[in-house]
Amino acid sequence: MGNRSFNRIQLNVSKPGFSLVVDMELPSKGITVLYGPSGSGKTTVLRCIAGLERSSQALVQVGGHTWQDESAGVFLPTYRRSLGYVFQEASLFAHLDVAGNLEFARRRATPRMDGSPLLTPEFAIQTLGLSKLLHRRTSDLSGGERQRVAIARALATNPQILLLDEPLASLDEARRREVLPWLEQLGSELQIPMVYVSHATEEVTRLADTLVVLEQGRVMAIGPVDTVLSQVEPVIRLGGETASLVTGRVISHDPQWHLSEIAFDGGTFWVPDAKLQTGQWVRLRVLARDVSIATQAPSGSSIQNTVACTVAQILPDQQPAQALVRLDVSGTPLWARLTRRAVQQLQLQPGMHVWAQVKAMALTQ
Amino acid sequence: MSSSLSVAAFPLSADDFSAIRLTLELASVTTLVLLCVATPLAWWLARSGSWWSRAVGALVAMPLVLPPTVLGFYLLVSLGPQGWGGQFTQWLGIGLLPFTFAGLVLGSVIYSLPFAVQPLQNAFESLGPRPLEAAATLRASPWDTFWHVVLPLCRPGVVSAAVLSFAHTVGEFGVVLMLGGNIPESTRVVSTQIYGHVEALEYTQAHWLSGGMVLFSFVVLLALGWLNPRGSRLRT
Repeated sequence: MGNRSFNRIQLNVSKPGFSLVVDMELPSKGITVLYGPSGSGKTTVLRCIAGLERSSQALVQVGGHTWQDESAGVFLPTYRRSLGYVFQEASLFAHLDVAGNLEFARRRATPRMDGSPLLTPEFAIQTLGLSKLLHRRTSDLSGGERQRVAIARALATNPQILLLDEPLASLDEARRREVLPWLEQLGSELQIPMVYVSHATEEVTRLADTLVVLEQGRVMAIGPVDTVLSQVEPVIRLGGETASLVTGRVISHDPQWHLSEIAFDGGTFWVPDAKLQTGQWVRLRVLARDVSIATQAPSGSSIQNTVACTVAQILPDQQPAQALVRLDVSGTPLWARLTRRAVQQLQLQPGMHVWAQVKAMALTQ
Repeated sequence: MSSSLSVAAFPLSADDFSAIRLTLELASVTTLVLLCVATPLAWWLARSGSWWSRAVGALVAMPLVLPPTVLGFYLLVSLGPQGWGGQFTQWLGIGLLPFTFAGLVLGSVIYSLPFAVQPLQNAFESLGPRPLEAAATLRASPWDTFWHVVLPLCRPGVVSAAVLSFAHTVGEFGVVLMLGGNIPESTRVVSTQIYGHVEALEYTQAHWLSGGMVLFSFVVLLALGWLNPRGSRLRT
């Protein structure tokens, strides 16, 4: 049945007021995070892969098996697809205890024809730390425990792919921190691909090997997480604000003014000294609204952080009066939010050499 | 009645016991048939959103509002030698159903149908789509899902349906009288037997049987509350 590692997802979904066009290949292992704001179509993609929703034009191939090929009239119902699915709420069967839920899955597990290792309930129980919970009723579990059981249950069917739909979204912060490490470990131990839907940046940075950014039903970017983050994370609205992430290293301190100097590709920034140590790597978050642009080297300005850069791209912002300008600081992207009138008056064009003035920034780690 | 003194020790006759046995038999068979008929029907009513299913839903609920005698009358006419139902059963070679036990079962099934369908339909509707989706992702086929997920999760609804069908069949009178004709050993059940005792002014026997029915109804409703502590109660 073809190449085991081949995972191809092509979808074309039209609903009133919503369209989704996706064409992507998934790596054969590791965690692929589908990231995007709500309404971007992340969950629809996952449900279509699982066959819980049927898209009229679709090609779904997982592990070399064709699950759906509408052009050839092929559609396997969900129960004939070798997948594990974790819903936002655990959806455990209330009439069975924890062991019963796992046993339900094990009895229906698909045997592997090609001799690849079988995922057993024992592996799932061990990997998710459930051995003490086996004889508990599902109603007696905490939210985090329920979600861990749901993940183990999904694994116990010996799936070829594990799909997770915001498994932490219904948990509070403490529970989320309890489950995240289990997921991280799973990502590194499992020999099958995991597709993880999320709109939380923390989950992206901690879990993703591959990142797919979805916006309004379109794939904005796809690739290894580091590459994609540096390309498009600025357009991901972090908490509603467009921001850039700048990674740099502490190179000096100015004890008189309580400032630290951070060097990155393209220049240095002075930030308030937050007990940073020289040599330490830090990540700075710069909001687009805190960056202004000057066409000549500014003088007589109160702004301490000025770097020379090139205009790379000018995009319309959500607000009609404003524009987003992507600046290239010798390889480091920096976003500035200007009024469109300012863009016009400065006659900004891609390729122009300008100076970026940064009024404020925050350390994120 | 002069004989009332001689039977004061225990007033129920062999006829009375035969009526009790027949009633239990009728209620058991009816309940079994109803569970087989009402379960797929309730599933379809709960899952289908078409106007057609709503019309069927209303039809199923009709015995709740119709006088049992009306139901019995139409069944009698249609299952009689001139009715289409009667011609059909004759064509099948099983003869005419009125005044037979099989006829009573058919009448009871129709009469008690809403009491079986509604608790099941409520249970199926309150289940929602998620357990079915979860089962499908765990490789359970729809049939497998129905037996191993839907029915166990809807157990309170199934218990309610069975208990109420049984109890309601025990308590029917109008349909039985119309369709059954009160024939001993064949169609004479407790309710018609009580009616016969009262007509013959045998109040002692009528008291014993009626009192038994009161006790039975109370125990049934008590058992229902005990079996379904916070599960689905009948909502009509």
